[in-house]
Amino acid sequence: MPKYVTEEAKQQIGKVSETRTYEIERGAIRRFAEAIGDPNPLFNDEQAARKTRFGGMIAPPTFCRSLGAPLLDVKLNMPQFRGLDGGSEWEYFEPIRPGDRITVQSKLVDLRETEGRLGPMVFITTEITYTNQFGELCAIQRATGIRY
Amino acid sequence: MASKQIYFEDVEVGSEIPPLEKEPTTQQLVKYAGASGDFYQIHYDKDFAIKNNLPGVIIHGALKNAFLGQLMTDFAGELGWLRKLSVQYRGMDQPGSKVVCKGRITRKYVEGGDHLVDCEIWLENSKGEKTTPGSATVVLPVRNS
Repeated sequence: MPKYVTEEAKQQIGKVSETRTYEIERGAIRRFAEAIGDPNPLFNDEQAARKTRFGGMIAPPTFCRSLGAPLLDVKLNMPQFRGLDGGSEWEYFEPIRPGDRITVQSKLVDLRETEGRLGPMVFITTEITYTNQFGELCAIQRATGIRY
Repeated sequence: MASKQIYFEDVEVGSEIPPLEKEPTTQQLVKYAGASGDFYQIHYDKDFAIKNNLPGVIIHGALKNAFLGQLMTDFAGELGWLRKLSVQYRGMDQPGSKVVCKGRITRKYVEGGDHLVDCEIWLENSKGEKTTPGSATVVLPVRNS
């Protein structure tokens, strides 16, 4: 019997967060590219990027990690726990560009519990959508957080 | 762009993706914390990390995700497009030694008019352990189109 992911806890699956909108600054894209050590001109050099089919700079694939997702308050009866990042699954549809306004929203899509080396572990999967000012879905991140 | 463009016709199932070497330092983790907004202390405060039963500061999983993203955008080139990227953090890595991102093509197909390749990808530490396995799908351009 799962200890924490009870039928009651599972009622929270499908819950959505508020939205948060970010204005994308060129400098923030460059700083992110520099931090991850990616010299690709598409992410760093506006002049060079203008000559490409994108017509200007775009953000690297995991730049969305810098656009904090609104918190989903997932309630589990775990009085104390530690957190770990389990991984992410991304899908990309449209590039994110300087000047875009990106709206971020989270949705709880899965709650699972397993018995691990460290005792019970709860896997919380959140689907985060990143939508631009034209209403186009740019990316989806399915992020799995672990509580143990 | 950095390297010459690869085309759908150039690759086969089993082809290897040119590896990407990285040597993350504690300084890089601090830069990543600043750029991403992830200020969890296990990534830059050694005392805090040790108190949390870790061997020392550890690399953000999301930074390893970014390295694997670079592996794939370098491979796809300017005319390609990274459509899917998936990573799982199975093991922790510490800064101060080399990690290598690698991959190989597992499927090559056409779907909805797009020329796609699926890849198995992973990040390997200096002991050769695959701490961060994953997969990716890229759209590649075709010659004479």
